[in-house]
Amino acid sequence: MTLAEILAGLFPQGHSVQVRDGLVTGGGPFAGSKLHVVGIDGDTPLGVEGALILSRVVLDVVRAGDRAPILVAVDSDSQRMSRRDELLGLNECLAHLAKALLLADRSGHPTIGLIYGHSAAGAFIATALATRVLAALPGANPSVMDLPSVARVTKLPLDKLQEMAKSTPVFAPGIDNMVATGAVHVVLDPGKALDGQIRDLITGLQAGDDRDRLGETRGGRPVARGIAGAVIDQARLV
Amino acid sequence: MAGNRAASADPDALSWYEATARQRVVALADPGSVREFLPPTERRMSPHLPLFDLPRAFDDGIVVGRATLDGKPVLIAAQEGRFMGGAFGEIHGAKLVGLLRAAIELKPAAVLILFDTGGVRLQEANAGETAIAETMRAIVDARAAGIPVIGLIGGRAGCYGGGGLIAGTCSRLAVSEGGRISVSGPEVIETNKGAEEFDSRDRALVWRTMGGKHRRLIGGADAFCADTVAAFRRAALDLIGRAPAFDLDTLEAEQARLESRIERFGDCRDATDVWARLGVNDPDSVPAMDTRAFDETVARVREANHDAR
Repeated sequence: MTLAEILAGLFPQGHSVQVRDGLVTGGGPFAGSKLHVVGIDGDTPLGVEGALILSRVVLDVVRAGDRAPILVAVDSDSQRMSRRDELLGLNECLAHLAKALLLADRSGHPTIGLIYGHSAAGAFIATALATRVLAALPGANPSVMDLPSVARVTKLPLDKLQEMAKSTPVFAPGIDNMVATGAVHVVLDPGKALDGQIRDLITGLQAGDDRDRLGETRGGRPVARGIAGAVIDQARLV
Repeated sequence: MAGNRAASADPDALSWYEATARQRVVALADPGSVREFLPPTERRMSPHLPLFDLPRAFDDGIVVGRATLDGKPVLIAAQEGRFMGGAFGEIHGAKLVGLLRAAIELKPAAVLILFDTGGVRLQEANAGETAIAETMRAIVDARAAGIPVIGLIGGRAGCYGGGGLIAGTCSRLAVSEGGRISVSGPEVIETNKGAEEFDSRDRALVWRTMGGKHRRLIGGADAFCADTVAAFRRAALDLIGRAPAFDLDTLEAEQARLESRIERFGDCRDATDVWARLGVNDPDSVPAMDTRAFDETVARVREANHDAR
């Protein structure tokens, strides 16, 4: 689905969402109230300026305090890879955007990620992965790194990696694998009304971070939940 | 736990850069106070690395536990940069997540994260990336509960990739000359954008762009340490005492701080251009400055000190 199709599905009554330099901001009437939208479109890399434009919008929403949900729609590249971005503190800018989203969620604005295209690495962590619940549309393609690059770094043949990727969700790119690890909570049905599906997600939000439980249940991250729990158990002992 | 040899190390003499994760933890904390959770004897090893015919570590490259620092209870995590570059795998990440969640329940005086990481472990990329997201949320939860989360950065692997984002989520950061903080590493930029964009073999360029002195001068870190465990201990104690709250005011201040930085320095090509605009008299001399001279330089730079994190 394209962003325009998504917005048409979310806002049958119209919306004010704009895309500028690949950055998505705006909102519209939703479920008797309002839905704010921020995001990245068109496989755009996220650099220092883009991160701060999005965080500014999120903080303005928190300051206004309407407690309306925020949808984070993502079809991005990875973080912008440049000497200038790192010189200016890209790690601070991306972390700041993630913190703004986490603050919004804590402040009564439920945050819902929606990945409908690509996303990777720092851009993925600072946006979609910083929401309370992350949904995907079929065809979405999140990755940490593409398989040819993984092959280069791990010094394993690409055909062997492609074979391993079929049975090992923990390292391979793609939406199914991110669902299996629990990073993506749910894949939406493009044949059904989008606004209703997002509304149901907001209604059904769980307290806390249940991604490791999902990863255990789905088998993509078999041991993380148990390990985190064991650390907590041992920390409780005097 | 970690062996008496490490426990007896003199924190004034022990190089942070050279020390192992376990040596750092033991020498940083009050003597004899460290209790490790899921220590190597429990052999919680990666279920994934054997698929890649790679060796495993009994602790998956991270030490987590509790200790006291000047008598105050703290929780500590320390990444081992010598194992898989300190990268986040499933167990490695889950140990850090568990520690932070325990902090929310136990309310220690602080959580200390001793970063030493290249980012996500590619062989377990999806698990590592998800763990980084879980870690950032848990840090925010801990900070919102009033628990300072302090990052200490001075290891061989630096603090790269998702590690850089986690560092940016902490309440305060201490860094040494050898500590590098960045999202894309030099090799990653060069591989994707070419050596004209970033020559990863130019070590002086790497240190100027990502190193501890640049981060300290622009306010990307809150303390600069000599490369000893004792210096990091003093910095940690100081930073615990002045951790900013996690709230809208702090993030509004950080927004203004980062916007102002890009406006002022966005056209700079090199770190030395940034330092000159910050008012450093002789920017070319910064890389060679000893800690005392650098501290005096930092004291004259307004942007270096703030509560906007």
